[in-house]
Amino acid sequence: MSSEAVVGVVDREWQRYSIGERIARFAVYIAIVAAVVLSIRSVEVIPDFILDAPEQVVDLLKRMWPPDVASYPQEIHAALLDSLHIATVGTAFGVLMALPFGFLAARNVTPWPWLNWVARLVLIATRSVNTLVFALFFVAVFGPGALAGTLAIAFHSIGFVGRLFSEALENTSPGPIEALRAAGAPSASVISFGYWPQVVPAFWSLVLFRWDINVRESIVLGLVGAGGVGMALDNALNLFQWTRVSMILLAILGVVIAAEIAVTYIRKRVI
Amino acid sequence: MVDSSSAALAIRGLVKAYVRGKPVLNGITLDIASNGITAIIGPSGTGKSTLIRCINRLVEPTSGDIVFEGRNLVTLNRSDLRAARRQIGMVFQEYNLVERLTVMENVLSGRLGYVSPLKAWLRKFPSSDVNDAYALLETVGLTAQAHARADALSGGQRQRVGIARALMQRPKLLLADEPTSSLDPKTSVEIMTLMRDQSSARGIPAIVNIHNVELARRFATRIVGLSGGAVVFDDSPGALNDAHLKQIYGGESWLDGGAG
Repeated sequence: MSSEAVVGVVDREWQRYSIGERIARFAVYIAIVAAVVLSIRSVEVIPDFILDAPEQVVDLLKRMWPPDVASYPQEIHAALLDSLHIATVGTAFGVLMALPFGFLAARNVTPWPWLNWVARLVLIATRSVNTLVFALFFVAVFGPGALAGTLAIAFHSIGFVGRLFSEALENTSPGPIEALRAAGAPSASVISFGYWPQVVPAFWSLVLFRWDINVRESIVLGLVGAGGVGMALDNALNLFQWTRVSMILLAILGVVIAAEIAVTYIRKRVI
Repeated sequence: MVDSSSAALAIRGLVKAYVRGKPVLNGITLDIASNGITAIIGPSGTGKSTLIRCINRLVEPTSGDIVFEGRNLVTLNRSDLRAARRQIGMVFQEYNLVERLTVMENVLSGRLGYVSPLKAWLRKFPSSDVNDAYALLETVGLTAQAHARADALSGGQRQRVGIARALMQRPKLLLADEPTSSLDPKTSVEIMTLMRDQSSARGIPAIVNIHNVELARRFATRIVGLSGGAVVFDDSPGALNDAHLKQIYGGESWLDGGAG
């Protein structure tokens, strides 16, 4: 009966979206469905292969079991360490090369827009070229092996580290910087006393993050001949040594988990 | 009221317009004597902060002259400006310490204008600077906190570090931009006392922007009232009455039961 209290007041309509917005939303739904349908058509899924898949997987797993533990100390261990070294040295070189570009790309540190853009172009370029593409290039230049892998990791890391580092720089508080400038400090000292202490946590955090990514990338690199455990995996696959393949995969899993745990631990304790 | 020839700082026709044709400072002319505290009071947005920042060119003046130590700061090139800034200490409302550095590092950063970047990076400051820094920490009562990180300090302690950093420059002029606005009343008085004592002990003039009229009356030797980007009052604290305050801040209801 309470509605009678508002007798004489015309019910007002309210709708979340206007007609134009509703048409636009409907059009987006149609477009999504159309995109999915078109994609499935062009992929040309073969139904027989899909139906066959579970059987194939079981068969493969049977052939992979038990893992060839004896092969680990013989060659997998050394290859795995190679991969870790490629990742670590590659990250270190990548970070060293990324730092100057990070400083140049940060608008508050480098007040010349054209330099910002040049630095940003370098960062975008190195980030958009996949590590595998870099690896193919360096394998062609230096021949197959760990050097090519290390350089591939280093060059691809520049963009990622440089970009995030320049963002960390741009997010620093301007107050302390202003205070140091007001004291007549030269630019180099403003960077080392004003900017650097403010970005140290972000810097180590993104170095660790990149190292974590690079450990996984270094493993794949062997597939194109750039050294590490990926090369051993490639060999085993080509020779249909499935028990060895499974041993390598288990070892890789172990390393990735160990890296993850190490990074989480360091981050908690140190940063 | 000050003889221009003996002034430590002479500001002539200072204009600052952030937007062309809308000046925030409208031709300020001031002489600052070689000692004493000059308090600048005025409503928010009237250009107090802009005025003080124009002096060491944290804000670039649009026109006018600022003569300090015989040189016009407005026309100095980058390296000469840096040399001039080394002689002007500045204290900020938000302290502007480098939070992740220790108290000692923050105090020593007042010497960055004199120490080479490499030595600064390696923390190899001359022993005279280190001695000075310890003496200053004792003066501001933070000897025990020398190795604490700046972000572990309270607001009042941080401002003491800010003052120590400014004094570390062995400045010939002290600027303070709302040094007490982020602090409680008791700490504000302590900070102003410290500034006054150090200013007179070292024989250097201080220019202090301040919201609080009572603090200005209590600590300043001279009060400059800004309103609408122009000086509307310039005299000793004793001469400041309600009529002047009304002229500076506008309105009068806020004066009831107040300063009286």
